[in-house]
Amino acid sequence: MTVVRISDDSAALACGANAVAAAFAAAGCDVVRVSSWGMHWLEPLAEIDGKGFGPLTADDVEAVLAGTSAKAIGPIAEHRFIARQQRFTFARAGKTRPLSLDDYAATGGWSGLGRARELGPEATIAEVTQSGLRGRGGAGFPAGIKWTTVAKAAGPVKYIVCNADEGDSATFADRMVMEGDPFMLIEGLAIAGHAVGAGKGYIYVRSEYPHAIAKLNTAIALAVPHIAPFEVEVRVGAGSYVCGEETSLLNSLEGKRGEVRAKPPLPALEGLFGKPTVVNNVLTLAAVPFILANGAQAYADVGFGRSRGTMPIQLAGNIKHGGLYEVGFGITLGELVDEIGGGTASGRPVRAVQVGGPLGAFHPRADFPLPFDYEAFAAADGLIGHAGLTVFDETADMSAQARFAMSFCAAESCGKCTPCRIGSTRGVELIDRIRARSGRQAGKVEALPQMHNARKAPRSLGDEIELLEDLCETMKFGSLCALGGFTPYPVLSALKHWPEDFGVAVPDQEAAE
Amino acid sequence: MHFDLTFAREVPRHFCMTDHDALDEILAAHAGREGALLPILHDVQAAYGHVSEDAVRVIAKALNLTRAEVHGVVSFYHDFREAPEARPVLKLCRAESCQARGVEAMVAALPDNPRVAVETVYCLGLCSVGPAAMIGHEVHGRLDAARLGALVESLA
Repeated sequence: MTVVRISDDSAALACGANAVAAAFAAAGCDVVRVSSWGMHWLEPLAEIDGKGFGPLTADDVEAVLAGTSAKAIGPIAEHRFIARQQRFTFARAGKTRPLSLDDYAATGGWSGLGRARELGPEATIAEVTQSGLRGRGGAGFPAGIKWTTVAKAAGPVKYIVCNADEGDSATFADRMVMEGDPFMLIEGLAIAGHAVGAGKGYIYVRSEYPHAIAKLNTAIALAVPHIAPFEVEVRVGAGSYVCGEETSLLNSLEGKRGEVRAKPPLPALEGLFGKPTVVNNVLTLAAVPFILANGAQAYADVGFGRSRGTMPIQLAGNIKHGGLYEVGFGITLGELVDEIGGGTASGRPVRAVQVGGPLGAFHPRADFPLPFDYEAFAAADGLIGHAGLTVFDETADMSAQARFAMSFCAAESCGKCTPCRIGSTRGVELIDRIRARSGRQAGKVEALPQMHNARKAPRSLGDEIELLEDLCETMKFGSLCALGGFTPYPVLSALKHWPEDFGVAVPDQEAAE
Repeated sequence: MHFDLTFAREVPRHFCMTDHDALDEILAAHAGREGALLPILHDVQAAYGHVSEDAVRVIAKALNLTRAEVHGVVSFYHDFREAPEARPVLKLCRAESCQARGVEAMVAALPDNPRVAVETVYCLGLCSVGPAAMIGHEVHGRLDAARLGALVESLA
């Protein structure tokens, strides 16, 4: 009987994988549901004897089985999108059944936890430190240092919290780990628990990921014999973006409003319920089993500068070859967008690439030589965040995107600090006026005779742009967390690189020289 | 101006819900759990389609919280409704990646259908196959104006 492997990842399901699977089953095939290879533009992708066919509909099944399908892509593992990757975290992607303990154990599963138990807690942390693993949620804080802080903190009760509140647009790697390789994440949590002396781990998953939640719950129940006495529990978010911020996430886990906490105290010392807590992103914890199983050096050997190991990069938006691309740090933005991503899906030229989600900067083509590295992006007034790339073609209106960044911040602000809560709303109003090119008369209050120092003269477009820059400065340095603090990145980068969209005359380069 | 003074006396449990015992069952199921409020609210939302004022009162009492605290949590999160949505709901992603694939033009062209609630969500994690939507737990990708219109029609 022909064995057909089809993904049950949400991205495949959204493209109709279930109908294709049913058609293969009806044709007498043995259908096996596996994780996704990450070539999302080819989903639903069917694999027969290592050879791929996609994107399929139920109508294509007959031709595929007859060997006459025009959608054959040849051996999947040799496909150029896959062959050039360095898959550490996504080594099992496309190859195993997500909820099969047999598949997991047969592909090296649990060996990281086994080695951690042999090494003992201190040496386990030393391995993570030496690997150079940095927090994959966006901040890039060294995981080993965080773990050491928690391990040294006093107290019998400690927690591991996995941040799976993947709210950034263009990011789906966390979802793919949870849906495609849930045991790896659970193993990572168990290793962290063993290393720092925590007995319980929580995975905080956003409610927009029902398939991930269901798979994790099943996987946790199956994994109990392997991780005991360590316990893992899934907690479901409730549609709040800001709960991806670690202190807000902790409040939410405690059953409170997801308001940000001031730091210090660090969550590592006073985290969940006031106890020492490791808060790590899904990709951080998912990288740990590899590091323990293969040794710190194997991970640290790959990378660029102070960014060691691999990064699962997510290619999204208006891109021809969208999907998951895991590779060592150092690959350039241009290689990712043009060579690997194949440019835009619409076929029009790329205008902007937003890197790092709603709080990441927009990059023009001029930034394409930038290497993927925390420090290099910071130096270019950007961030790599959770490594999601949203590609926009030339039809994008960058002042509209800047407005969206402000309105998103206004909608999702937790309300605790003023620069974010009020600044984002004023930012939307300000950008609306700039987009209308209306300028502005002195306000009612400003015009009052007793307002001696208030400006009475009308404001020009230039004044309004200056005000926007000033507002961004205030939000950047005055906000309590990254939501208000990073919203200026998309706004200012749009203004800097595409001033014409804001009505600002572009200075003639040659005349200036 | 209407002032709610009901907190001062014993409140009759007149739930605008069909099953009075379900809430007690939910509370019992989560008894002793740390940080139980969100899981409880999710269950209440799932059972009744909203978290009513009466439910807030009962939950607050069970968890030894004030009504204000529980109300504060209910109103903070987008997932919890204070009034039920009777219509079928389609959640449409309008975040950056779906914008880059033209979701805003699709929204502008979508005929108004009073029998379906089209709600905005910011990201379903289907950013490589957008524009994307979710109905219940069922996900839909690679939408265009026609396919979105057909999805909405199928719910009406």
